[in-house]
Amino acid sequence: MRLLSTKATCNSHGQDSSYFLGWQEYEKNPYDEILNPKGIIQMGLAENQLSFDLLESWLAKNPDVSGFKRDGKSILRELALFQDYHGLSSFKEAMVDFMAEIRGNRVTFDPDHMVLTAGSTSANETLMFCLAEKGDAFLLPTPYYPGFDRDLKWRTGVEIVPIHCSSDNNFQITESALEQAYEEAQNLNLNVKGILVTNPSNPLGTTLSLEELNLLVDFISGHKNMHLISDEIYSGTVFNSPGFVSVMEVLNNRFSDADEAIWDRVHVVYSLSKDLGLPGFRVGCIYSENDTVVAAATKMSSFGLVSSQTQYLLSAMLEDKKFTRKYLVENQKRLRRRQKMLVSGLEKSGIKCLESNAGLFCWVDMRHLLKSNTFEAEMDLWKRIVYDVKLNISPGSSCHCSEPGWFRVCFANMSEQTLKLAMKRLKSFVAELSSSSDNGDNKAHQSKRKSLTKWVFRLSSRDHRQRDQEER
Amino acid sequence: MGIEIEKPCVVELSNIAVSNTHGEDSPYFAGWKAYDDNPYDELTNPSGVIQMGLAENQVSFDLLEKYLEEHSEATTWGKGVRNSSFRDNALFQDYHGLHSFRAAMASFMEQIRGERAKFEPDRLVITAGATAANELLTFILANPGDALLVPTPYYPGFDRDLRWRTGVKIVPIHCDSSNNFQITPEALEGAYKEAESMNTKVRGVLITNPSNPLGATIERSVLEQILEFVTRKNIHLVSDEIYSGSVFSPSEFVSVAEILEARNYKDAERVHIVYSLSKDLGLPGFRVGTIYSYNDKVVTTARRMSSFTLISSQTQHLLASMLSDKDFTELYIRTNRERLRKRYEMIIEGLRSNGIECLKGNGGLFCWMNMSPLLEKATKEGELKLWNAIIHQVKLNISPGSSCHCSEPGWFRVCFANMSENTLQVALERIRNFVDKIRTHTLTAGSN
Repeated sequence: MRLLSTKATCNSHGQDSSYFLGWQEYEKNPYDEILNPKGIIQMGLAENQLSFDLLESWLAKNPDVSGFKRDGKSILRELALFQDYHGLSSFKEAMVDFMAEIRGNRVTFDPDHMVLTAGSTSANETLMFCLAEKGDAFLLPTPYYPGFDRDLKWRTGVEIVPIHCSSDNNFQITESALEQAYEEAQNLNLNVKGILVTNPSNPLGTTLSLEELNLLVDFISGHKNMHLISDEIYSGTVFNSPGFVSVMEVLNNRFSDADEAIWDRVHVVYSLSKDLGLPGFRVGCIYSENDTVVAAATKMSSFGLVSSQTQYLLSAMLEDKKFTRKYLVENQKRLRRRQKMLVSGLEKSGIKCLESNAGLFCWVDMRHLLKSNTFEAEMDLWKRIVYDVKLNISPGSSCHCSEPGWFRVCFANMSEQTLKLAMKRLKSFVAELSSSSDNGDNKAHQSKRKSLTKWVFRLSSRDHRQRDQEER
Repeated sequence: MGIEIEKPCVVELSNIAVSNTHGEDSPYFAGWKAYDDNPYDELTNPSGVIQMGLAENQVSFDLLEKYLEEHSEATTWGKGVRNSSFRDNALFQDYHGLHSFRAAMASFMEQIRGERAKFEPDRLVITAGATAANELLTFILANPGDALLVPTPYYPGFDRDLRWRTGVKIVPIHCDSSNNFQITPEALEGAYKEAESMNTKVRGVLITNPSNPLGATIERSVLEQILEFVTRKNIHLVSDEIYSGSVFSPSEFVSVAEILEARNYKDAERVHIVYSLSKDLGLPGFRVGTIYSYNDKVVTTARRMSSFTLISSQTQHLLASMLSDKDFTELYIRTNRERLRKRYEMIIEGLRSNGIECLKGNGGLFCWMNMSPLLEKATKEGELKLWNAIIHQVKLNISPGSSCHCSEPGWFRVCFANMSENTLQVALERIRNFVDKIRTHTLTAGSN
């Protein structure tokens, strides 16, 4: 036909992966407490739905802000015309204060070093454009957020080389894993431009340890021109010790301000999509002490600015320090409670999780339920959980985990009732599994799984007009 | 808009980061700087520089304000009703965009075209502004090193939007005043051949209709010729119709959508329309752009790519409400057109009375002014010299044609909708004084 670019025709958008297929299944048969109690429960969506009441009550107390009013006067015109890619300074000031607060004010940020972007999806891609050429590589610890395959690689042409982490040490990043990944990149003739970590981690739900952070900083120190990107999108969801340490704190403690060589190479990404539960508002940012990066990223942000209407609303909200303090504490409390609920619910089914202290999900160990220690077996198990148990959870392979049998299960995007129901269903399933494993696999089950496999492949090649959602 | 002074960077960044394809190091920023350093204010700085280089629509905010006063539901959230609660809105990050918003945009676009074309909401892809839409389409339609053909003069921002991160080239379709800068089949062929001679693959033609900076719509016959050309070459056509709602006389705007509809969408899969609310509604800060494509694969791909540049769901909610109110949109479109026409006539008359002619325009937020008689030399340098005088002596920031890649020196784009009527009068007065001075000076010099 009318030819399209190779970008348009390749599938680096990643949407043929199982991760999105689970989505599509959910869309076809979504659980509803009243209307569809037998439907699929969505546990693959890392959304924070626990604290909307806090936001809503703030909005009720501050009605002017969403109505384009400041001190009773209309500022529609001013906001409507404001398209300066430097962003509303009052908003950036409020953002840096919020970020500092989340880090216990152990670090401060300069609003002039912040670049606003339409979500962290945009921030991460923009950093790739700024730091790497097509064909260069970034090292990412596995397992990682499936969306990175699209965000970091699709339009930029940058490659991802995995830093393999294993359950042996709770998936922590080790020096040898880093070295191995770097070597692998060399063998592939790829120029490594940096490392990207998510801290707290998605999908692990854990914060990076001080050892890991120092390791990362040491590693890039030892390699000229290597950058470190720390995506701290979940920083406000840390609900348990050991607590959150940002890479910025590590730099602060180890290096002087004048040490440009290191400060110029570390960049933080943040967003309000998880901590505040506002993914629809598209509020993300890049923070960097590197002036050239800030300048280039600022210009690039023209392609994905934050609506001035939204900047204004959120600047007022985040300026309210009483509110932010209360919100952060209460939000963390609720997340902690939910996580406990999930963990204990899973325990009742004999299922363990990686011990986590952050995030909107748990990293669940279902290796003992696999027929064999293979990814095929993981896929089989996943399909059964989606189609039979009717829970949409994310298989570890979609996160590039090197060990089969791990799944990411979200806990903050549904009511308590629904979570309890999900745990009940899982319990029945596990009980069933252990009784059927005594009998061995029967043929009917096998053929059902085969036809599901065929069907899943057909799904992946057809273009669905289903609601494909953004996710983390 | 400030000029930034950067320290040299110690560590290596990408070529894209350090290139200057973003265009911001161009000499034209001197005009901006002069304005930033000394901005006109009716009361506090009446001898400052008047900003006439900014294509903003400030003439109809009262209509928007009135609407918002009377419709608080547009900026607040209801309870219970699907997707209207705060929670649902805040969570809504689906890259399809709110259906109510797309439906409202589609119907608004239809209204602007006098219902002469139909737009299906499911073919609308949302993007954070037309800036994002144009870049996105370029990523989809072309590979790095390929080219898009763009008629000159064109919006300077295209140099960045179409080329910077995409690696795509722009090859100009040269237009000139001999036929009012209309695109001709010869010019199209000429551009195509030029690309071929550079061993560059042409992927499409990108037009802006109505044109920026000409302020004039493209005639139906010319659109048909362009369609014939792209079909024959088997390439794409992108029609940026961002100013479509700013055409003074509704019947004078022909959208490529109408022509396609009249032909039952034959060969339509190569055509893509860009739209935005930044100009017609004067809302550039809200970042509301769309791509409308007749090509399913482009729609799907664009939708996925729009993940990088979605419109805030809060803003989608506002506009879904506003644009689905047909009484409001009808009133707005009609009133806005009328006010822009009045402004246009005011500036044209004011310039004409000083012996300065403009291209006959019928839309947009600016006029295309011919100052070539005042050039010392009919060259780019001559134009820049005159431009410098206008910035520093007349204290008006206007856009020189060379910044728009115009091949004929002496033309300038002058915006008229981003200031009060009083300010416009002041600007015209200053031009009068300037022109008088030049003429007197010339006479005096001649008499020696």
